[in-house]
Amino acid sequence: MAAPMLRWCCPGRRFAFARVGCGSCHRRGPPTGSTSNGKRGQSTVAQQPHITAQKPRKGEREWAAVVGLEIHAQIASNSKLFSGSQVHFAAPPNSLVSFFDASLPGTLPVLNRRCVEAAVMTGLALDCHINRKSLFDRKHYFYADLPAGYQITQQRLPIAVNGSLAYSVSVGRKPSQMVTRTVRVKQIQLEQDSGKSLHDDLRSQTLIDLNRAGIGLLEVVLEPDMSCGEEAATAVRELQLILQALGTSQANMAEGQLRVDANISVHRPGEPLGVRTEVKNLNSARFLARAIDYEIQRQINELENGGEILNETRSFDYKLGCTVPMRDKEGKQDYRFMPEPNLPPLLLYDSGSLPPGADPQQVIDIDRLRERLPELPRVTRERLVRQYGMLPEHSCALLNEVGLLEFFQSVIKETRAEPKKVTSWVLNTFLGFLKQQNLAVSESPVTPSALAELLDLLDRKAISSSAAKQVFEELWRNEGKTPAQIVAEKKLELLQDLEALEQLCRSTLEAHPHVVMDLKRGNPRAINKLIGLVRKATLGRADPTAIKEVLERQLSS
Amino acid sequence: MSVQASPTLFMASASAAVAALSDVITFKRVARLGEDALRRPTGSEMWARAVHLCLRAAARGRRGFTSKADPQGSGRVTGELIQHLERLSLVDFGSQEAVARLEKAIAFADRLRAVNTDGVEPMESVLEDRCLYLRSDNVVEGNCAEELLQNSHRVVEEYFVAPPGNISWSKLDEKQPFPHH
Repeated sequence: MAAPMLRWCCPGRRFAFARVGCGSCHRRGPPTGSTSNGKRGQSTVAQQPHITAQKPRKGEREWAAVVGLEIHAQIASNSKLFSGSQVHFAAPPNSLVSFFDASLPGTLPVLNRRCVEAAVMTGLALDCHINRKSLFDRKHYFYADLPAGYQITQQRLPIAVNGSLAYSVSVGRKPSQMVTRTVRVKQIQLEQDSGKSLHDDLRSQTLIDLNRAGIGLLEVVLEPDMSCGEEAATAVRELQLILQALGTSQANMAEGQLRVDANISVHRPGEPLGVRTEVKNLNSARFLARAIDYEIQRQINELENGGEILNETRSFDYKLGCTVPMRDKEGKQDYRFMPEPNLPPLLLYDSGSLPPGADPQQVIDIDRLRERLPELPRVTRERLVRQYGMLPEHSCALLNEVGLLEFFQSVIKETRAEPKKVTSWVLNTFLGFLKQQNLAVSESPVTPSALAELLDLLDRKAISSSAAKQVFEELWRNEGKTPAQIVAEKKLELLQDLEALEQLCRSTLEAHPHVVMDLKRGNPRAINKLIGLVRKATLGRADPTAIKEVLERQLSS
Repeated sequence: MSVQASPTLFMASASAAVAALSDVITFKRVARLGEDALRRPTGSEMWARAVHLCLRAAARGRRGFTSKADPQGSGRVTGELIQHLERLSLVDFGSQEAVARLEKAIAFADRLRAVNTDGVEPMESVLEDRCLYLRSDNVVEGNCAEELLQNSHRVVEEYFVAPPGNISWSKLDEKQPFPHH
C-alpha cells in the first residue's frame, strides 16, 4: 500500500513571498469531503486540496494549484519501435541509425512486438482499459532532430486509457502518518523518440545525432489531479518503480530514459480553472518538485499583482532555479494530425478472442501478458510488511534503492537471525555505509553472505552488538576476511565463561561499595556505572545485558 | 529555403486548417458505382478538396459538413490562407500561377461531393483491413553512419549539421505578402 514515502518540506520557505504551503500535506485528519476507504488510509481522487497562506493577511483568500503530467519513458527493448537498429545509450554518433530512422525515401515502419507488449503490460499495471484496436497517427512539426518532419504517435485511439496510479504522501511529522492518493491515468500511447541536437552557438549551428531517433517511447498522461510539486514527484517516483519492476523501462532520469513535462495552473477554489502553462525539460528527479512549486508560486505572484498568465511553454533553468519562456514555442502549435497511412490498426486479443490457427508470433494475447505480470511495488511492500513484520516506511526504503531488496532477501535466506534484526542492519548500518561513500548496492564490499554470517554470530550471542559493528567496519575494508576470522583476530568473542563473569561481578561490587550504596538508596542509574566497570574489566567482551542480569542477581541475594 | 512539396503533407496541413474551423474531413468509402464511378482521387486532388472545404467555410462561416453536393463556392483562395499553409508546410506558393492551379485542382476534387455517402462508415486508411505485421525484437540494422552522412551537405565529426534552433523562417518572412483577392 505505502508508496515512496514523502518527507514534507514546505516549499514556501524557499521563496521571498513565502505565502504558499501545500495544505494537503499538512492536513492531519481525513481531507474534508473525501470518502474514506476504511481499511488503510484514505483515498482521494481528483481532490483539490487548498493551499493555505503561511501568514494570511486580512481578507486574503486561498489558492489551489492544479498539476498534470506527461511522462515519456523509453521502452527497454533491443531494437527501435519501427526499425531494426539497436537501442543503446552511448554509441558513436549516428552509428545506431537505419535508413528508416534517417527517413530516407522508400522506407516503411515495421512495428516491434516487444514495444507493444511493454505498452500492454504497463497499461495492465496501471489498471487501464486496453483498447483492442488502436491506431497510429502522424504528428507534424519541423525540427532538425526529426528527420521525417513528423512523429508517429497514437493520438486518436491510444493503446490504453482510463487507469490510475496510487502513491503515498506523509501528512504530519511522523513517518507513520501516510495517506494514499490516486492520480488518474488518462492514456498510454506508443510513440517515436526524436534524435538529439547539440547546439553550437559559437558557430551558429546545431549538430544532430539520430541514434535516439525512432526509439520506442511510452507516453503516460496523468490527469491534473495533483496539487503541488511533492505530489507530482512522488507520483513520478512510483511510476518509475512500477516501470522498473515490469522491466518495460529502466526509467533512469539521468540517462534520459524518463522525461516529464508538467501542465500547471492556479485558481481560487470554487472558481473555474486558470490558464495553464506547460513546463518542459524536467529531467531530474531532484528538481522536479522544485520546478513545479516555483511555477505555482510564479503564477500566484503574477495573478496577485494584477497580471495574467499566458498559455505558453516554459523551460526550467536548473542554474537559476526558475522557469523561463521557451522562445521556439510561441503561439499555439498546429500539429496537423493525420492517420499514419503505412500502418494498419493494431489489434490485440485475449484468450477468448484469439483467432484460431493464428501464428503466435503475430498475435498478442492480453490475458497471457496479465498472467506473466511480475509483482508490482505496491504488492511487494505489502508483502514485506506482512511477511517480515516491518513498518511500511521500511518496506518503502527497501524498494527505494536499486538492488537493496535483493540484498535484503539474500541475507534473510542465509541467516537464522530474526527478520527485524536483518531489516534494521540492512536499512541502518549497511545503507548508512553505502550512502556515506556514495556507493550503489552493486558496489558494496560486503556480500549478503558476509552479513548473514555476522548476524548469525550476533544471534548466537557469540559477540555483542557493539563488537558486531566493529566487525562490520572491518568487513567494509574488504580485506577478504570472514566475520569469524575478524572476531578471532580482534578477540571480540563474548565471554562465555559464566563463572569468570560471576567472579568479576562480585569483585567489582566489593571494590565499589559506595556505588552499591547509591543503588540500594534507590538510584537506578547506578547500575549502569557498575555495568560499565564490569565491562571494562572484561575488556569489553561481556554482553551488557548478561552483566546486568548477574549483578542484579548478586545484589538481591 | 525550399522543401520538396509532398501532397500528403500539404493535405495534412490543409485538413488541419479546415479542422481549425471545425469542419470534419472524412474519406468516404467509394461505393461501387459502375463504370462511370469516380476514380480514386490522387494526392493533389485530395488536398485541393481539403483547401476547398476550408475556403468555403471561411467564406460562409461555420456550418456542418454534408455529403450532398453543394453549389460551387467562390473558388478563391485567400492570401491569408496561403500564408498560413505556407508556414505550416514550408511549401512555397510563389506565383499567381501556382494559386490558380491550386484553385483548379480544388474544383476538380469537388466532384467527389457528387457521391452520396449517407450512412457509409468512414474509412481510416486503405490498409485498415490488413494485418499489422509484428517484428521480433532483434537488432538487424544500423552501423551505416558513413553511408548516411554522405547524404548531408555539411557534416562535423559524424554529426549532421543543421541551422541553429528551429528551421529558419527568414526566407519566408522576407517575401512580399501575397496579394489579397
